[in-house]
Amino acid sequence: MTPGSPPAAAGAFLDVLLLANWNTRVVVLGVTMLGIAGGVVGTFMLLRRRALLGDALSHATLPGIVLAFLIATALGFSGRSHGLLLFGAAASGGLGMLAVHWLSNSGRLSGDAALGVVLSTFFGAGAVLLGLAQQRAGASVAGLETFIYGKTASMLVGDAVIIGVTALIAVACCTLFFKELRLVCFDREYARGRGMRTAAHDTLLMALVMAVVVVGLQAVGLVLVIAILVIPPAAARFWTNRTANMAVIAGAIGGAGGWTGTILSALAPGLPAGAMVVLALGGLFVASLLFGRRRGLIRRAIRLRRRALTMERDHALRAIWECLEHTEAERCLASQIAFRGGWATLRTVEWLDRSGLLVVEQLPGDLRLAFTPAGRREAATVVRRHRLWEHYLIRRAHFDARHVDRGADDLEHLLPVDLLERLVDELDADTRSMLPSPHALHPDREARGT
Amino acid sequence: MSDWTLFFDGWIIAIAAVCAAACAIPGCFLVLRRMSLMGDAISHAVLPGIALGFLLSGTRSNTVMFAGAILAGFLTAFFSQWLRRFGRVDAGAAMGVVFTVLFAVGLLLIVRGADSVDLDPSCVLYGALEIAPLDLVPLPGTGLEVPRAFLVLSLVLIGNLLVLGALGKVLGIAAFDAGQAVAQRMHPELAHHVLMAMTAVTTVAAFEAVGSIIVVAMLIVPAVIARCYVVRLRSMIALAMAIGALSAVLGHLGAVELPPLIGRGSVPTSGMMSVAAGALLLITLLTNERHGVLRTAARRWRFRLQTTREDLLALAWRIEEQGTLPTGEALRSDLRAARRLSWLEATWSLGRLRSEGAFEPVEGRLRLTEHGRTAARDLVRSHRLWETWLTRSAGIAPDHVHESAMRLEHVTDEAMRAKLASESGAPAEDPHGRPIPD
Repeated sequence: MTPGSPPAAAGAFLDVLLLANWNTRVVVLGVTMLGIAGGVVGTFMLLRRRALLGDALSHATLPGIVLAFLIATALGFSGRSHGLLLFGAAASGGLGMLAVHWLSNSGRLSGDAALGVVLSTFFGAGAVLLGLAQQRAGASVAGLETFIYGKTASMLVGDAVIIGVTALIAVACCTLFFKELRLVCFDREYARGRGMRTAAHDTLLMALVMAVVVVGLQAVGLVLVIAILVIPPAAARFWTNRTANMAVIAGAIGGAGGWTGTILSALAPGLPAGAMVVLALGGLFVASLLFGRRRGLIRRAIRLRRRALTMERDHALRAIWECLEHTEAERCLASQIAFRGGWATLRTVEWLDRSGLLVVEQLPGDLRLAFTPAGRREAATVVRRHRLWEHYLIRRAHFDARHVDRGADDLEHLLPVDLLERLVDELDADTRSMLPSPHALHPDREARGT
Repeated sequence: MSDWTLFFDGWIIAIAAVCAAACAIPGCFLVLRRMSLMGDAISHAVLPGIALGFLLSGTRSNTVMFAGAILAGFLTAFFSQWLRRFGRVDAGAAMGVVFTVLFAVGLLLIVRGADSVDLDPSCVLYGALEIAPLDLVPLPGTGLEVPRAFLVLSLVLIGNLLVLGALGKVLGIAAFDAGQAVAQRMHPELAHHVLMAMTAVTTVAAFEAVGSIIVVAMLIVPAVIARCYVVRLRSMIALAMAIGALSAVLGHLGAVELPPLIGRGSVPTSGMMSVAAGALLLITLLTNERHGVLRTAARRWRFRLQTTREDLLALAWRIEEQGTLPTGEALRSDLRAARRLSWLEATWSLGRLRSEGAFEPVEGRLRLTEHGRTAARDLVRSHRLWETWLTRSAGIAPDHVHESAMRLEHVTDEAMRAKLASESGAPAEDPHGRPIPD
């Protein structure tokens, strides 16, 4: 399964990287193009929530391939006649697709059940036919196994050209009909309302998937061609919220995975290229999962942490403000506010000190806190926002004054700031001055009713 | 019958039936939870587990490979769920990513590590049901010998039944309504994990014995068929188990008996089993009481023919009203002018009415008999009452009510006619001035 000979020296290594070897060049380019096409087409499948249609399709091609083989041998052709096998694959895959369509529209079967039923029944039929073929043809059936496990390394120029043409057509169709395909994915009813023929565009999409599956079968095999359709779009989703960007990124990831996988398998002897392509795609998926700019885990964690810190800061500022307001003093002690819900932790106070909002004075066993002018302004904004929401909840949502504190706390951090202007209008509040708190401000739990 | 032996064929059918029954239990829940492809994902993803078990133990020790496979199955379920919840990946895509990567790892391990030994990937796909009866183990305490696959699958079946008995309620409620489960202080998460564990163990046990194709087919197809016939969960599971066993029998019969018809030897039972299950599903979908394609078509066709007959009767009444008798030819052509109807339908319907005794021939023409007059009168009465009501109470113009009344007259019974008459003040004439018969 290894293209070329094992690299003996750096020269050979370079040869592989620069695609000096004709054989390597064909394989690498072929698989890369397949990856690009799979990524672009798969994007629409993922958005259409039919990510695993490729799974059912690729299994459904088996009976067609074997049947084509049986017919070819019966007519005296070589059983490995490529075009005929591809035609058989496309025919039975298309039949499987129609079956999925009919089953999931007949009312009783959900989409996933329809896929599963078609997948297992067609593949079972394929196994039965394969059993027949083995009795007749014996060893020459071995060629058929290629379709199941893939034989990337033995790709010929003709195969690569077929893949290239298919990829070109697929990408061109996706570009030309981009708007229509996107609408079909997101809002079929609207698309139909606009007078678009959704069924036709759905069929186009299915045909493209079919094309990628059929040409991909021989390259990476029946199971792993699913990966080329599923992994790149799933990875691209972490990077963007826009369909066009997602299609481009998925194409890039698919191409990069194909390139890396085949190069790796050419570099090291004994690494099957199909599996290496999928593993490269898997690696790119994990990287996207971690570092993706929109939905990546790290970005999301940072965003959450930032929000938590802001909330902590707001809580601390408000606690100090309310304490000062209640005692009518210029300073308060950390111990006076520390127990109020455990918000104003020492760490937050230190952070406020460092960012110049608080003046902190060390006392034995306690801290004395006072606002800097900037801190006072900042705290005033926070408290005012809180009280606007409290008044709103009491007046419009008829909350009891003792219960609004928590409700306002939930709202003030989550709802956008520009809503505040509307609140001011709604409450006929003064745009500048501080509102009184609607509930008692005793800095102890009993009095606050919490 | 070709060369059947009770030992071989009996055991093959028994193993396949037990396997199908064991699969049907988690399968029903997978179908209900819309996770039908989980079995497919797990059965592909166990490959690295098997390969690793083999590489670690250095033998084809079944226990180690079995453990590796179950572990890989768990990982598939776990990672898919994790990606879905925390990575916010589409459910299908999450499964697709996990199982293709694991399958690739498995292929790599097999090619790298087990190249020289006979760990054949095709065994994974098609299984070895045909040689399973040869692998006998003694049944403890009895001195009997049973095939190992049969023993293993029976244990799995018993285990699944026990889980069903103990946790069936939670599993069911979680499958239909997770919110309800939470409200009842049950744990839908627990139900999910139990289901995944059950699916992984069943899938691995089944595919080790019979190959991954039947696993996928037997998990889903019988459950889907059962779902078409019954609505209660317990009946669905029982029916799915029975249908699974039936497709095992049909599958093996088909695998042994069908190929000789075209001059070939027998084909893999496993493949034929999923084909048999698929055929049963097709039959179900065509003939099913509620949704069957054929049933629906037959119902529609019966209604259409009945409508045609009723239209013929009403037409004859109207012609007799004018003091003449229609010929059969005139009835047919008049009706075909009013409705899109084939000559064959019109002729057949008229023939049927005559054979029922609704018409009697009078000098080459047709006259309604007493029986025919009764039916025709009801129809014309319905028609004209509807026209009156639609004009007076619904405020539709008199020249627009005929079409609606044409449709409504076929579904109006005596009680409805009485109601219509009293609503419109027992009219004697319709808006067009024709008498309403009573």
